Amino acid sequence: MNKTYKTIYSAVVIVLAIVAAVGMGAIVLVAIGVDVSETYRVILTEPLKDMFGITEILVRTVPLILIGLGIAISFRSGILNIGAEGQMQIGIVASAAVALAFPDMPKWLLLPLVLLTGAAGGALWGGVAGYLKAKLGVNEILSTVMLNYIAAQIYGFLLRGPMIDPAELQTGSGTPQSMRLPKTAWIDRIIPGTRLHWGIAIALVLAVLVYILLWRTTWGFKMRAAGAEPKAARYAGIKVESCLAAAMILAGAFAGLAGAVEVTGVHRRAIEGISSGYGFSGIVVALFGGLHPAGIVPSAFFFGLLLIGADMTQRALSVPANMVLVLQGAVILSIVSAKTWLNDPYARDRAVRFMTRLFGRKRAPESGGGRRGRIAR
Amino acid sequence: MSIPTESITELRAEGITKRFPGITACDGISLRVGRGEVLALVGENGAGKTTLMNILMGLYQPDEGKLFINGKPVRFRSPNDAYAAGIGMVHQHFMLVPNMTVAENVALGSKDLRKAFRLDMEEARRRIRDVSERYSLPVQSDAYIWQLSVGEQQRVELVKTLCFGARFLILDEPTSALTPQETDELIALLSRMAGDMSIIFISHKLAEVKALSDKITVLRHGKVVFNGDTADHSPADLAALMTGHEVVLPHNECAEGCGEVLLSVKGLKVRSDRGHLALDGADLEVRAGEILGLAGVSGNGQRELADALAGLRKPESGSIRLGGKELAGHSPREIIGAGMGYIPEDRNTEGIVPSMSVKENLTLKDFASKEFAAGPFLKLKKAERNAVDLKERYDIRCPSISTAAGSLSGGNIQKVILARELARAPKVLVAVYPTRGLDMGAEEFIHKRLLDLRREGVAVLLISEELDELMNLSDRIAVIFKGKVLKTMPAREATRRHLGILMAGIREEEDVREQDL
Repeated sequence: MNKTYKTIYSAVVIVLAIVAAVGMGAIVLVAIGVDVSETYRVILTEPLKDMFGITEILVRTVPLILIGLGIAISFRSGILNIGAEGQMQIGIVASAAVALAFPDMPKWLLLPLVLLTGAAGGALWGGVAGYLKAKLGVNEILSTVMLNYIAAQIYGFLLRGPMIDPAELQTGSGTPQSMRLPKTAWIDRIIPGTRLHWGIAIALVLAVLVYILLWRTTWGFKMRAAGAEPKAARYAGIKVESCLAAAMILAGAFAGLAGAVEVTGVHRRAIEGISSGYGFSGIVVALFGGLHPAGIVPSAFFFGLLLIGADMTQRALSVPANMVLVLQGAVILSIVSAKTWLNDPYARDRAVRFMTRLFGRKRAPESGGGRRGRIAR
Repeated sequence: MSIPTESITELRAEGITKRFPGITACDGISLRVGRGEVLALVGENGAGKTTLMNILMGLYQPDEGKLFINGKPVRFRSPNDAYAAGIGMVHQHFMLVPNMTVAENVALGSKDLRKAFRLDMEEARRRIRDVSERYSLPVQSDAYIWQLSVGEQQRVELVKTLCFGARFLILDEPTSALTPQETDELIALLSRMAGDMSIIFISHKLAEVKALSDKITVLRHGKVVFNGDTADHSPADLAALMTGHEVVLPHNECAEGCGEVLLSVKGLKVRSDRGHLALDGADLEVRAGEILGLAGVSGNGQRELADALAGLRKPESGSIRLGGKELAGHSPREIIGAGMGYIPEDRNTEGIVPSMSVKENLTLKDFASKEFAAGPFLKLKKAERNAVDLKERYDIRCPSISTAAGSLSGGNIQKVILARELARAPKVLVAVYPTRGLDMGAEEFIHKRLLDLRREGVAVLLISEELDELMNLSDRIAVIFKGKVLKTMPAREATRRHLGILMAGIREEEDVREQDL
């Protein structure tokens, strides 16, 4: 009986969180004077109505999964990596540069090389923050945010200067973008006529590998222990600093790879703005997915849906696509609050007692599972 | 809040019940304290003492039951209500701001001294003077908290509570951080104050309960199991009432161990976090099959010694040898590999990873060993079997081995740590304050295991402040003061008085004077 009530409690909290998120979005929608229910209907259902919408969602899902996985590794290891955006940008320019440098290489060699270079670029960028944290104790939130700025400047400089497409200079339009990558560096499309590419397979395989890494290997054990309680990890002989650095390098590699996959799979040239906030949305995706690959994959799909839906509402109802940022914010706030309620055994117990009183029936004596005052956070 | 004059002649609680998830913390508790009485409230961890006091202080609302002061029903919605009624509490962990002065700390907590943009320091000093004269509690109003010793801070807490107008004191394990001398002083002080006010005194230490209290209430699993006059009952009776069974804390009754020296520390110098030499040439030897007790007031280099032994702090100079192998400055991994077992001081953050499961915590040191891993892959089944086995052998009470270790009680967390360390069959075990804050049942368990280890020929270094623990378990006792080992003596020859004096840093008995630590 009690178990049922506890499930009801959790369900109610989750429903309330969703209602709260939707409600916060609705306030903004009302304020800009549009039809609330119609907007939500378009955002949540319109993209799913045809092949185009679904493939476009999946195209957005790929970088979100990859970045989310990297974020999960770093957050689980106790590092709050806010730098995925910069790491992704470095990954984009690094992979594009290698692809453009070796146009004659066979595809079986060039494409993997390009992807690995992207990952390496991101790893380097993440590694800087990791090294600073491990050696000098520099706060990783500060360093990654600052490295984002630097990466953005490098990215802009390269695409406007050394890497700019010569054609842009000839025509004088000067759009900051690189030359088109050689075909040997392209990730193939899965369905012709859509932009859906095999990067989705890479993302799904890596999701499984990240699960294995974190929960099935000694490295994952070390990283999780170091992240959850560095002091105890040190006493147990784990080199916490190496774990931090490794986690940051891996997280950077995933963001860099996301950039490489995006550039070789979707745009096929480095263009200013193609990281388009994936680095930040990836954090939301990872948190919404419970920092677990099995949660991150659906969560990435959901946020992909929001992104496409927001585009569609802009066209259909002229609601600004930036609305999706408001929704993201609302979702974060409600997740965080809902988690607090879900993890608060006191609140749950009170609610269960309340329900018991409401719905009659004698309360069965509880088996003493939890212990007062010593509840894990 | 000026000091109210109406005194509390009686505080009565009737049928107090408070439920928490999965547990009824207080189950129909009734108690009564009259004027000038000292009531000792004893019970194991989790018996409901602290919850009950939090209800008296208005921090929690009872689910059922009522409180009466002088026969009139009262209801405290917040600690402010309780203070207004004249009830004051001194918490186990001091609630003082270290970088403020005594007077500032007092003013901070007194609403009427908080003016628009400043604190009324003159009035705060006047109140402190009044209180300290009235109860002969010497404190310096303008000393900073961080400059004071633990005993002095305890006094400040008392003065602060009294300045808030308390006429009824609740003390939650007030002696847990004090030296034996400071404890005696506090007990004497409280007995003097008891003439003037009522006191509820929470403690694990039955000797103090005997010395101070008139009446005693024993709680077990949230219920009152005993109510009576302290004078009529021996500590052993009370211990049995607390735990529900006869408690016999084991003694080390064997002849002194005389095995080979397994752990030897010579001229060890280690710096503290603040940079000074906290360990200044310490020498120790622990033999196989021996428990060496290291007595000392905490903060005299024990932490630095323990850290150096675990490999977490690099010594400036000196040597640490384990079975002939030099380990000073080696990494924790190497030291663990050499056969060092370790029970850290802070079990919740150093001994376990709280958010990881009991199962994972039991392999925290060995997850990468051949037994629990094949190459980089964890053998999860092995870890599971290991956990089931250790849970059984060490009587770890947890809902399942997948429960987060941090959600267990202190005693069970300590059992997890002990199980992990002993399962590794160490040659040397360093136990740092292993029973601090544990109830008698858990203490008994830990003590028995330590003596078992001794019998098996392990060299045990027991770092503790509890003189009873040290004298019961050790073969020899060393006393540490300001980073040096002052003296090592056979436990048989050690007396409480002698140890207390050495712990205060006085080598010769003749020098004993009233000393402030």
